[in-house]
Amino acid sequence: MAALTISDAPDGRRVLALSGRLDATTIRRVWAEGREAIVAAPDRRVVVDASKVDYCDGAGIALLVDLIRQRKAGDVQIAHLAPAFETLLQQFDIRQVGQDLDPPPRRRPAIEEVGIVAAGMGEDLRQQVVFIGETAAALTHALLHPSTIRWKDVWRICERVGADALPIVALISFLLGVILAFQSAIPMRRFGAEIFVADLIGLAMLRELGPLMTAILLAGRSGAAFAAEIGTMTVNQEVDALTTMGLDPVRFLVTPRIIAALLMTPLLTLFADLISLLGGAITLQSFSIPIVTFMHEVEGIVDFTDFMAGFVKSFVFAVLIAGIGCLRGLQTSAGASAVGDAATRAVVSGIVLLVAVDGVFAILYYLLDI
Amino acid sequence: MPGDGEPIIRVRDLGVGYEDTVLLEHVSFDVRRGEIFVILGGSGSGKSTLLKHMIGLVEPAGGSVFIDGDDIVTASGDARHAILRKIGVMYQSGALFGSMTLAENVRLPLEEYTDLESDEIELIARMKLSLVGLGLFTGHLPAAVSGGMQKRAAIARAMALDPAILFLDEPSAGLDPITSAELDALIRRLARNLGVTFVVVTHELPSIFAIADRVIMLDRRRKGIVAEGDPRKLRDESTDAWVRQFFNREPEPATAASVGAR
Repeated sequence: MAALTISDAPDGRRVLALSGRLDATTIRRVWAEGREAIVAAPDRRVVVDASKVDYCDGAGIALLVDLIRQRKAGDVQIAHLAPAFETLLQQFDIRQVGQDLDPPPRRRPAIEEVGIVAAGMGEDLRQQVVFIGETAAALTHALLHPSTIRWKDVWRICERVGADALPIVALISFLLGVILAFQSAIPMRRFGAEIFVADLIGLAMLRELGPLMTAILLAGRSGAAFAAEIGTMTVNQEVDALTTMGLDPVRFLVTPRIIAALLMTPLLTLFADLISLLGGAITLQSFSIPIVTFMHEVEGIVDFTDFMAGFVKSFVFAVLIAGIGCLRGLQTSAGASAVGDAATRAVVSGIVLLVAVDGVFAILYYLLDI
Repeated sequence: MPGDGEPIIRVRDLGVGYEDTVLLEHVSFDVRRGEIFVILGGSGSGKSTLLKHMIGLVEPAGGSVFIDGDDIVTASGDARHAILRKIGVMYQSGALFGSMTLAENVRLPLEEYTDLESDEIELIARMKLSLVGLGLFTGHLPAAVSGGMQKRAAIARAMALDPAILFLDEPSAGLDPITSAELDALIRRLARNLGVTFVVVTHELPSIFAIADRVIMLDRRRKGIVAEGDPRKLRDESTDAWVRQFFNREPEPATAASVGAR
């Protein structure tokens, strides 16, 4: 352990006698006591007697440096420090250590902060517009020249976006059908109108909830994955490598993902519609409505237009999910947290866009009387 | 002469590799207190994997690594923790925490393992960074400084608790000659002034001759250590063809013929 003895010599000097082992785990108490002893005697010169110091590492040297810094040059002297430790102390310019401080960061006024945020949003919007243009051009080129599409990548992404998502889509859709059926059947039973629950489930799921819930699931699952994957490629300079090889990152990375999402999202939406109807049908059996009756009722109320109203949305949602995921990935900056930020931004902006576009569809369908 | 002391690391009969892949067998050597010990070998020879076994990151196929008398392979809980307190590691990429400034990176182990006041920790962190020539960059994020500076900051972080042994994985890789030479000088200065034992993995010949007190050479084909000793003596006096080839930077004789034959 480290110890400190404080005494005043006959010649008026204050003597701080350090002893024992000076390392990061032992010096806390003597550090505080040493500082206090120097501050308490402002008119005395100070000698730190280190003759009984057995061991002194970097932390111990920091203690000695700090004691010297407490006064102007020459007022605190270190005496009898073993040569091995003296060498460590000599490595530092004592006055320089204190001056190495970086200037404290300047606090920006609130108006400047607002301006910076607004400029950032404007830049983000500009990048989105540029990205939409580049993606539209790349997709058009891909449609006109299908052989240029990297189909191997497309099928690999289809498997991850579509087949691998089947269990979670099935679970959520089934539970959605069950919950809708239960929550609406209980109050409607009071009016003997349980049969109309089938109408509610059919219309709500096929027109609205089937496409929207599937898209939100995909935004959380595949949109985040796209952003993280492309973000990691950006951080590792793989995107730079593509560019310098003369390969357009949008054609190479974005197009296959959008095509895969366009192929898989409508299929998953169909799957979600069917599974949710199954959930509703099974639930309504406990309300004495057979599955055949349920299906007959759904067939009666849901026509082809209703089905298509939901189905068309799934194509638009697919482009939004894949596009925003890829964009956030390409916007990834440097650093370990950047990929996480990209994935978070992909999910948040993806879900906001989905809900906003779904609202636009609702107004459009109302105006078109669909 | 540095490294004349007793062994601080004893590696005995170590099986180096991952799961089913055995890279090196029956590896045994000592690292002496205060020396700069360099592990050499070609790409894929198992240098970095051996280092990972020595610092307890990967479990070896067999054998022991005694650090200051305690076997890191079998140690667990508090015993393992006590061993890890004696070592500091600089990874090939630096592995600085990107969301923290250089000073915060160095502060982290001090905050976790000591009860010092915040301003005392700050002074120690700044002094460690001054020691590696980064006193004016304490408030910078790792992304804002060069690769060489990141490596130097990583050394400062590894030294934060003044460990007895510093492990450096490819400290000169990817650096320009001037920065690389500065890093070599820093390693020598730290070893001589602080008495720290260095275990360095590298295959950069200029660095090896600049810093190494002693080296071991690994060869994957022979699955073990093929040479041990002073690098200058090995270069000038070794009778092993592969060792001479390595130090003289000679290509594999069969390479050109085999490519042409296909």
